[in-house]
Amino acid sequence: MNTTQPLSPPPLLQLEHISLSFKAVKAITNISFAVQPGEICALIGPNGAGKSSLLNVINGVYRPDEGAISYNGETFNIMQTHHAAERGITRTFQNIALFKGMSVLDNVLTGRNLHVRSSWLEQVFNLGRAPQEAVRQRKKAEAIIEFLHIQPWRNNVVGNLPYGLQKRVELGRALAAEPKLLLLDEPMAGMNTEEKQEMSRFILATQREFGTTIVLIEHDIGVVMALSDHVVVLDYGKKIGDGKPEEVRQNPQVIAAYLGTQH
Amino acid sequence: MLYREAGQFITHYRADQRLFRLRQDRIGFYLLLASAFVLVPYCGNDYWFSAILIPFLVLSLAGMGLNFLTGYAGQLSLGSAAFMAVGAFSAYNFNLRVEGLPFLLSILLGGVVAGLTGVIFGLPSLKIKGFYVLVSTLAAQFFVQWVFTNFAWFSNDSSSGVITAPPLDVFGLDLSSPAGRYLLTLTIVTALGLLAANIVRSELGRNWMAVRDMDTAAAVIGIAIPKTKLLAFAISSFYLGIAGSLWAFTYLGTVEPHGFDINRSFQILFIIIIGGMGSILGNFLGAAFIVLFPVLMSHIANGLLVGVMDSGHLENFQKIVFGMLIIGFLIKEPNGLASIWQTFTQQLRVWPLRYWSH
Repeated sequence: MNTTQPLSPPPLLQLEHISLSFKAVKAITNISFAVQPGEICALIGPNGAGKSSLLNVINGVYRPDEGAISYNGETFNIMQTHHAAERGITRTFQNIALFKGMSVLDNVLTGRNLHVRSSWLEQVFNLGRAPQEAVRQRKKAEAIIEFLHIQPWRNNVVGNLPYGLQKRVELGRALAAEPKLLLLDEPMAGMNTEEKQEMSRFILATQREFGTTIVLIEHDIGVVMALSDHVVVLDYGKKIGDGKPEEVRQNPQVIAAYLGTQH
Repeated sequence: MLYREAGQFITHYRADQRLFRLRQDRIGFYLLLASAFVLVPYCGNDYWFSAILIPFLVLSLAGMGLNFLTGYAGQLSLGSAAFMAVGAFSAYNFNLRVEGLPFLLSILLGGVVAGLTGVIFGLPSLKIKGFYVLVSTLAAQFFVQWVFTNFAWFSNDSSSGVITAPPLDVFGLDLSSPAGRYLLTLTIVTALGLLAANIVRSELGRNWMAVRDMDTAAAVIGIAIPKTKLLAFAISSFYLGIAGSLWAFTYLGTVEPHGFDINRSFQILFIIIIGGMGSILGNFLGAAFIVLFPVLMSHIANGLLVGVMDSGHLENFQKIVFGMLIIGFLIKEPNGLASIWQTFTQQLRVWPLRYWSH
């Protein structure tokens, strides 16, 4: 943290006039918004509104046609995946993208790969920095496993775990990276109410305990209103609402495009 | 009931990260090593050393090499024998052309050359995925064999590219007897096997599996995909190169490029399919199967079918049974013998009770 903090801190992430198209299809048109450090920002909108594409632009999976991304004092026209990872941006995926053949513990440990200092030769021969580091990384991984209450499954192969647990392990893998900015693509898709509540608690605890800034995509409006500090509404690749949850709820354009169909 | 972890409490992460967490497994492993190093050389006969144990060990090592690349890093390969050939011919040339180079160092250098060759043929994997990588390794298979057949320099101008083992002299010991060759092979394979267990449990091993299981996610969490893939090719080919040297020098004694043809590559692929992809133990089980099965079949056949079938038919019959077994395996247990072994030990841990809990 800066000691000379201005009254309102600069945003951690700022998208400016981002446009993205796939051949002739415009996925995102001229979207700008800012995410303050430490907040939970929800991206909502009907299917195909461009929410996942926007996340993919933020961490460099997609290259936008126009616009710029400012993140933590740096400005990028195009973010590269490894630049994003090195700068503490990490994410989960809509259709779980875990390493299915590996154990829960190994998945979480893999999430820490950018924090590993010993070289592969040191590790293979168990020399130099490797032995101590193995224990240190394991402790960090175990802290995450404990935080998400997945200790009983640490040695299980993730491919065999139930869906809800896999979602949690994927969050664990992302948290293991100690991210500054965490992007969650539908972390509660396909869950029942109880599982959603559990996941919501983990997301709030992440924000509270680690101070992580979170951008999430979610369809359940109840969850969105309860969790987020800031809501951005997309429709057909355009931004139609941006503000506090209660403001967005009042926005007639949003009601017409999205919430209206829900209520 | 003896196979229980009751009373064994793990209180340190270091203890939890050991190769064998269960005391019984550790004792079993030491007993196995002790009998392989002491009992077997004492009791074994030349037929067992030369025809069964040495090829079993060498093929296990080759299986490890391919398993790194295919079982762990998920890159398909049909070029295993090519990298074995590079290892063998390089070691032969180092030994021939560098005065007084120790035998072990020649083998090691042969492995390094094979590793570098692997990196070159692995380069296309940075751009292409899945079955298409197979084409690059297939190119290695044919190219390498062609080079060693057509350029006599590699075999020191011998006819048809045959190379002969240098004297098996290690630290002044003459290891050219069958028992000596067995011990030499066993020592190298044990050392590299333990190293392999470390590799796959290290960060590198996890990165390989991450690339295999979901490469987009691997890139997003910061894994350097090109480095990870090329290291898989390098280390895989290094192991195969060493295996090639052992195949040429401790098993066969003389070998021609044709000895490393595509059938050998297939044989190694079958070893890891039967033994188990992504398992170190699996390579040993698969190699044992591949080596012992034909011996077993011919014994059975000699006992039962002699006079009923002539030897030509018998050989074809063996191939049919073998092929059917592989198909059966792929259907019934796609994860191979290692997976059967794992299920068995897990059941043994709770026996005579029925349920497994964590």
